Formats: sequence, C-alpha cells, structure tokens
Amino acid sequence: MSFRDRLKETRAKASDGFRGGKLMSSIFRPGSPFRKGYVDSPRNRSYVVMNNVLYHLHPVKVKRHGVRLSYTLCLGGLSFFLFIVLTITGIWLMFYFRPTELAYVDIQNLQTTIAFGSLVRNMHRWGAHLMVLVVFLHMSRVFYHGAYKAPREFNWVIGVILLLLTLLLSFTGYLLPWDQLAIWAVTVGGNMAGYVPVVGAQVKFGLFAGLEATTATLLRFYVLHVLFFPFIIVIFMAVHFWRVRKDGGISGPL
Amino acid sequence: MVDIPEHLLQRSAEARAKALGISVEQAMAEMKGQSDPTIISKEPEVKVIDETPAPAAETPAPATETPAPAAETPAPAAETPAPAAETVAPVKEEHAAETTEKVAAVKIEEKAPIAKTPPPAKADAPDEVDFAPDVKVTQRLLTVVKAKPIQKPVKEPIDKVNTWPHLMLPEFVALMAMTAFLIFLSAILQAPLLEEANPNVTPNPAKAPWYFLGLQEMLSYWDPQIAGVMIPTVVGLILWMAFPYIDRNPETHPSKRKFAIMFYTFFLAGAGTLTIIGVLFRGPGWNWVYPWIDGIWFDDLLDWIHFE
Repeated sequence: MSFRDRLKETRAKASDGFRGGKLMSSIFRPGSPFRKGYVDSPRNRSYVVMNNVLYHLHPVKVKRHGVRLSYTLCLGGLSFFLFIVLTITGIWLMFYFRPTELAYVDIQNLQTTIAFGSLVRNMHRWGAHLMVLVVFLHMSRVFYHGAYKAPREFNWVIGVILLLLTLLLSFTGYLLPWDQLAIWAVTVGGNMAGYVPVVGAQVKFGLFAGLEATTATLLRFYVLHVLFFPFIIVIFMAVHFWRVRKDGGISGPL
Repeated sequence: MVDIPEHLLQRSAEARAKALGISVEQAMAEMKGQSDPTIISKEPEVKVIDETPAPAAETPAPATETPAPAAETPAPAAETPAPAAETVAPVKEEHAAETTEKVAAVKIEEKAPIAKTPPPAKADAPDEVDFAPDVKVTQRLLTVVKAKPIQKPVKEPIDKVNTWPHLMLPEFVALMAMTAFLIFLSAILQAPLLEEANPNVTPNPAKAPWYFLGLQEMLSYWDPQIAGVMIPTVVGLILWMAFPYIDRNPETHPSKRKFAIMFYTFFLAGAGTLTIIGVLFRGPGWNWVYPWIDGIWFDDLLDWIHFE
C-alpha cells in the first residue's frame, strides 16, 4: 500500500469518526451532509431542507421552471442577501460611529485609521445603492411576469411596502456621514415632506426634530436607520416570504 | 343532470318512439323535458294487458282443448318489450367499449299475462306450450350516468425538482457572485465624503439621493403640492399598491396583456429619463448642463468621475 493510499485511508477514517461522533450528531440533524453516512437520495435531499432552520425558508420541492436563472435572475434572493450584507456591515460600522457632532470625525477615522474601515464603509454604501436597484428590478421582473395576479395580489402590496421601506432605510442612512452631501440631500428630501397638505409643517418638524437638519436630526435618523426601519422591514419580509410559499410558490410558467 | 351523449339520447328516443308509437321527435322532446311525457297513454295499454288474463283464466276449460287462443294472448303483451330488447342490445355492446360512461339499465321482468295460465295448459298439453315467449326478460335504457371517480385530484401534478441541490446551488453561486462584485466595487470605488456638514453653506445645486432625483426634477416643473406630494403618494404608493386590484386581467403571458406591459414600460422610461436628467443634466441653479461640457454636478458620483 502506497503512502498516498494510507494517507487517504487514515483521513477517511478520521473524517468518519468525527462526522459520526456524538458532537456532530448533536449539532446536525438527520439528513445533513455534515453527518456520517450521507448519501444522495430523494429522502436525504428532503431532509437537507426540512431539518435546517435556514434552508427551511424554501419548500422541499420547487417548480422546475422557477429554477432557471433566466426566470427570476435571483433578484428577490439577492435583495434579501444584500439586506443581510448591509446588516452585518452596518453592525460593524456601529462600533465606530457616534450620531453626534463627532459623527464626521468618526467617519474620517473609520476611513483612515481603522483596519478595513474604508472597505466596510464602501460595501455598506454601494450595497445600499445596489439594494435599491435590485429591489426595483425585482419589482419590474414581477410585473413583467404578471406575478402580482391572483392569488398573489396582497404579496405585491407587501412588496411595494418593502420597496418604500428600502428607500426610507437608504434615505435615513444618507444623513449619517454628516458631510455636506448628506445634510443637503436630506434637507432637499425633508423639504418635500413639508409640502404635504395640512400637516406638512408638522411632518417636517417631526422628521428634522426641529426646523432644519441639525445633530438632533442626525440622532433621529440614526435611530430610525439602525433600529426602527430594520425592525419593521424584517417583519414585512417575513410575511412576504411566507406569502410566497402560501400563494403556491413561484408564479408561472408564462 | 349529467350530459347524456347525443347518440345515446337519439337511440333511446327511437326505442321509446317505437315502443309508444309516437314520432322520434316527440319522444326526444319528452326526454328532454320539453313536452309532457306520454306515459299516460301507455297506462291504458298496460291495463288492457292486465285484463287479458281474466278471460284467459276464466276459460281454462276451453284452453285445455284448444291451447291456441292461450298461445295467442301473449302476442300483444310481447309487442312492447320486444323492440326495446332489440334496441338495448347494441347500446350495451357499445358501452362495454366505452369506459367513461356507464349505462344504468333496469331489468324489467315483464311477466306476460299468460303466466297465470300455464298450470292448466301444462296439465293438458305440455308439449305444445312454448314457455319462452311467456316470460320476457328485457332491458331498457332509462338514463346514462357519467362515470365519476370516488376521489378526484384537485389539481394537476406540477413538474417539480428538489430544492437541494437544484435551487440552492444556483442561489449560492449568485450570492457568492454578488459578494465578489460588491467587494470588488468597494475596493476600487471610494464612497464620497465631502466637508463637514455646515447648515450655513448651501451647495449649488443641492441634490437629493439619486432615487429621489426624478422627483426633484419634477419639482422644477410643477407646483410642489403636485410634484412633491400628490404624484409620489397617489401615483407612487396608492396606485402602485392597488395595481393588482385594478388590473383584473388573469392572463400572464405578455402577448395577452399588452396594455399593462406598455404602461409599466412607459413608467420605467419616464422615471429613468427624469432620474438621468436630474443626476447628469442639472447644474447650478437647476439649470440644464451637458455633462461632457460642464462636468457632472452630482457629488455621489465623485469618485466614479475621478477614478483612474
């Protein structure tokens, strides 16, 4: 027996011993590819989805035409994925950011002195722009496929709310760097809210926490951005995904 | 009521017409319930038949001598079932072949009136009495019941594949590609950071984030009440959310919903044009500029422009 074969055997034995051990069996539920003795069978393919909390978003089986990349372009999944990327990078950014007069200095420090600070900030910003774009493209895809039709009407309504929440998340985040670009973009946007009939002035006052964009506005937008809107959007996303399955999975084929 | 196939109905009507002595059209009309059934006319006939045994029974004595009249009597009784028997036979054969339909044929055991008389006839002239015409077993088509399965599948089976690996692998690849793209983008393009916020220095032009620049562009055309409030809330939100409830056309294929496709495409083109104008073609004082002559007046794109 060559050395190579012996090495292979030893490795296989060690792998089997580890994968068949009590620890791995306690972590991974039956049917997981990480457990000993996983074989590719229809039963195990079902278990992979059923016995995993993350994969459980999906049904065990999906329509064949929906798997084609050209049908969905993965836009809905990518929207969700970008949201996760933004959550992770956003939490990381929160370690180095204070929504006060120091906000601008914090961003400067982030870009210059903190390891990977610049990269993570860029990922958060471009990822946010990308998410707005991808959510919009997802909506367009759904429209062109007529996928909003019965029984999916209400899921379209939730989708429009999700688009609105995405825009609000992006808009509230726009102010946080506290530079000239941020404050004036938000001033322009907030002034639009002031044109709301009857309660325009009150809405604007509530949005700015005053008559114009100040550090009080910064704190307000920060809380909305990192806590309130993510909380709301996660609830709506849960309903959205749930309805996708309850309404019979992906629409079509055309 | 179940739909009876036309050819069966026709055959049944013919049989009925022949049996009752009416025209086929009338029989058909009766069966379809368009005219009153002529069953009443049949009843007296039956009565007549029923009455015949009386004289036959009364005259057992002559019957012993001459069985001929007794043998004659079944004749009128046999008249009615005979044609029915003829017509039913082919119907039954056909239905043996047809699996989707079942013929509920009712056995009618018509005892000829002479049935009571055989004992005397038997006693005296057993050889001469033919029992076959006395007891007629016939079948008549009453109705057609369509075959229905006990358990009906609610919907057609759909062509499906396992989520793992057929959906999750492409999804995983898409996520990895997106991550790679985002990291690459973030590595080469620096997010803008201008001077510290200063409420006293207004940049010219002051632009909103790019996704609101279409709105800002519209604000320069119309009153803010219309462009800034009415259009975003009424068109952008209410109409957009209500769209599935307005568009009641159930078709999903693009060729059968041309108006909806056109509507959305116009919306996309309009929103895209306004946004591009707002981003690239508006400079100081919201005046028209050409980006290739006057430069780009959109700070969010700063690093994209100076990227080398």
